[in-house]
Amino acid sequence: MELLGLVYYWAFAILLMIGFYAVIAKSNLIKKLIGLSIFQAAVFLLYITMGKVDGGTAPILQDGVSLYSTPLPQVLILTAIVVGISTTALGLGIVVRIKEEYGSIEEDEIQERDRQ
Amino acid sequence: MTSLAHHLPALQVIVPMLSAPLVMLLKPRGLARAAATATSLFAFAIAIAMTTGVLDGNTYTYRMGSWPAPYGIELGVDRFSALLLLIVTGASSFALLAGRRSVDADIDESRQPLFYAAWLLALAGLSGIPVAADAFNIFVFMEISSLASYVIIAGGSDRRALPAVFKYLIMGTIGATFYLIGIGLIYLMTGTLNLADMELRIHEVADQAPILVAAGFITVGLALKAALFPLHVWLPNSYTYAPNTVTVFLAACSTKVSLYLLLRFDFFVFQGNLAGHDIQFAYFLMPLAVLAILVASGVALFEQNVKRLLAYSSIAQVGYILLGASFVTVAGLTASTVHLFNHALAKGALFLAVSCLATQCVGLRLAGLGGLARQMPWTSAALVVAGFSLIGIPGTAGFISKWYLITAALEQGSLGIALVVVLVISSLMAVAYIWRIVESLYFGEPGGDISAVREAPMTMLIVTWVAVLANLYFGLAPELPVTLASSAAETLLEHLP
Repeated sequence: MELLGLVYYWAFAILLMIGFYAVIAKSNLIKKLIGLSIFQAAVFLLYITMGKVDGGTAPILQDGVSLYSTPLPQVLILTAIVVGISTTALGLGIVVRIKEEYGSIEEDEIQERDRQ
Repeated sequence: MTSLAHHLPALQVIVPMLSAPLVMLLKPRGLARAAATATSLFAFAIAIAMTTGVLDGNTYTYRMGSWPAPYGIELGVDRFSALLLLIVTGASSFALLAGRRSVDADIDESRQPLFYAAWLLALAGLSGIPVAADAFNIFVFMEISSLASYVIIAGGSDRRALPAVFKYLIMGTIGATFYLIGIGLIYLMTGTLNLADMELRIHEVADQAPILVAAGFITVGLALKAALFPLHVWLPNSYTYAPNTVTVFLAACSTKVSLYLLLRFDFFVFQGNLAGHDIQFAYFLMPLAVLAILVASGVALFEQNVKRLLAYSSIAQVGYILLGASFVTVAGLTASTVHLFNHALAKGALFLAVSCLATQCVGLRLAGLGGLARQMPWTSAALVVAGFSLIGIPGTAGFISKWYLITAALEQGSLGIALVVVLVISSLMAVAYIWRIVESLYFGEPGGDISAVREAPMTMLIVTWVAVLANLYFGLAPELPVTLASSAAETLLEHLP
């Protein structure tokens, strides 16, 4: 049980690092944004995991049930998902503008063109 | 009247936030700007009203929808947040009042309503962070302000702003997500998001390891947002290639708000509850602060672009602010909080003067400024006086914060003397890089025919000079920032055992 419970936290940590790696290591701007999305999704998983209470049921009042999972993290993460979507959308918008202005979405080529 | 005063913390955020969509609809020429300026001035008035309130000894607490804390969402304004609100709303108002020419030059008229709407959202987000008393609300306000700032930075005509803002978006989001992980871990251990409640409940947590990890994530995340060396790489290009008006606004307040949050969170929640955290805090921040001061000032010495030069100087100033905080004493925190205010004044005035210069000098390279002082005497004089304030010449606001910082450093014994040496060296470097601007303005050879260069428009000059005179005023009569800062420092340290 202990191990099974922790699996989700391991998934959080691994996804977080995969996303972080892509953000740092990739020079393609779209791949960076994909990495950023994975990075944020990992945090959503952290929040959703902590909301689950062992043996707890959905937080709807009913007779004979006294143990509920906490709904607050899901509410919080709904907000965070909206923030994540807006960030990705704005990021993609900026990439489109960069492509229009520089004709490339590779970081090194953009730097090259600025130097000229 | 009392009932209205009660609602001020909520109005501080709601007024700019609700005006934003309205401003977006104002298509006729100049209306959007007028409405945005009026909103910003109104927000400034609210901040002033609350500052007078907190100076009279009130603290504002506001329960959203009358739900009691910690279940409901709470807003609160004390002396520390009032100081920040003054900086944020003041910077926005000054920038908008002076910004007409710069915005017209950089942004298509058809897009201006959208630009001003994004500006107001940035204002709402930045003033939401000091007002909010709930960790998750702070995250949401942080993201509102960041997303809106990316838009206004990239809104100009310079294409180099786009890669700069992309870098800012990536790093800013990583910083904000780190903060989110941190408050998630605290929520996991304590089950609360209200800062005051959190402080009480962390005390009861048996296993402190997750809290320590949370402290790490939050400190690093906010240091990224605050452009602490070596996490500053997003800042120079964003400030340089943003429209000049946007630089005035963001340079004066955006990193300050993150620094405020870093101090408030750390001292409010962690310092009193984690064993030995004051030492960790000092050992982590002090070396980075010293490096920030020396390295960024050093880079500024060799910069060729005026805005980039001042941007690097901003990174050095973040170092000063965190150096004071890393002493974990009343004197140190007072110094860093006073410097929050004074640096906003000095850098705001400098960038206002630079935006006056930019009306006549495209590109703002030092070599292109040659001899402009003859044609633009008022702008050049404003740059010189604001530069004095940045250096810390006696009689200007900058001197007050340097004085407090050195006094605080001397309390630290022999280490303090070494730090004073660092402060003196960096002040000399500031003299040198400000001198480079002054030298090209007054003694440089004109690069071409400059007889067509005219003084900047009157409104810009007036606003710039009001900001410059504020530097002198708060240098001679520093009671307001010092009172607010010293009681902010005392509130922060109250939580230490």
